[in-house]
Amino acid sequence: MTFALLVAFTVIFAFLAIQAKRLLSSALWLAVASALLAVIFYLMGAQLVAIFELSIGAGLVTVLFVFAIGIAGEEDTNLRSLVPKTLAGGVTIIMFLLLSWFLLPAQSAQPSLPEQSVSTVIWEQRSLDVLLQIAIIFSGVLGLLGLLAEIKAPLEYPLAEQAAAERDRELDELYYQSIEKGAT
Amino acid sequence: MNLSLLNIAGVGILSLLGVGFYGLLICRNLFKVVIALQILVKAALLGLVTAGYANGKINSAQSLAITVIVADTIVAVIAIALAVQIQRQLGTLDIKNLAGMRG
Repeated sequence: MTFALLVAFTVIFAFLAIQAKRLLSSALWLAVASALLAVIFYLMGAQLVAIFELSIGAGLVTVLFVFAIGIAGEEDTNLRSLVPKTLAGGVTIIMFLLLSWFLLPAQSAQPSLPEQSVSTVIWEQRSLDVLLQIAIIFSGVLGLLGLLAEIKAPLEYPLAEQAAAERDRELDELYYQSIEKGAT
Repeated sequence: MNLSLLNIAGVGILSLLGVGFYGLLICRNLFKVVIALQILVKAALLGLVTAGYANGKINSAQSLAITVIVADTIVAVIAIALAVQIQRQLGTLDIKNLAGMRG
């Protein structure tokens, strides 16, 4: 019963994240959904994933979203969607019904071999995954550095010409001032 | 259909997938698109863990799920940075205005 309530509230909060008018509340609803999902993972016996989901999904990504929304600014999100909402909802419901027809009721199977511990699985059986994760993190950091570097707008004129034009204007002003003085 | 934990989790996975796809279809703001993508990845994570739970191989599922979380976070970070740059260059976050983007 508790489990069903947790799953139901996760889905409801995810839907609220999509439906929210303001971007900031959208990001916060997403964080609440991640936190509930972490509890679900814990109840299913996946403690490591629960910790990762809680610290990264509910923590880091939310902080990033709030920070980015602060930089880019709230924008009007109540624009009319490009796809009609009834069409989108209909396609989604058809997909849901088809998938549930294929997948439910789910059946469990008993493992043939006793399972190894998490550290054995990660570091010995799936060491390639760990290497891949390191590569992904490095490429992500490099991509982020490339993206966030300031892109300078091109100058209207080359710098030397701009400086020359400014000096000419100042000289002209001095010249006219001297003419006015001579006239009086 | 009996309401076992497995079936409840299955319905949850499918609902999260539905919500994510619906969000991808109707959202026009770039940040909202990233949020819909996050919901889709959460559905995939729940699917992995449920599969591990059903077959008694929860540890393999955990190691795969951790890989997915890392990749998903990098995707979210890059997408957010891209959205901020687009907002700086074009002054808008609306997807419709990106259609005619040049350069």
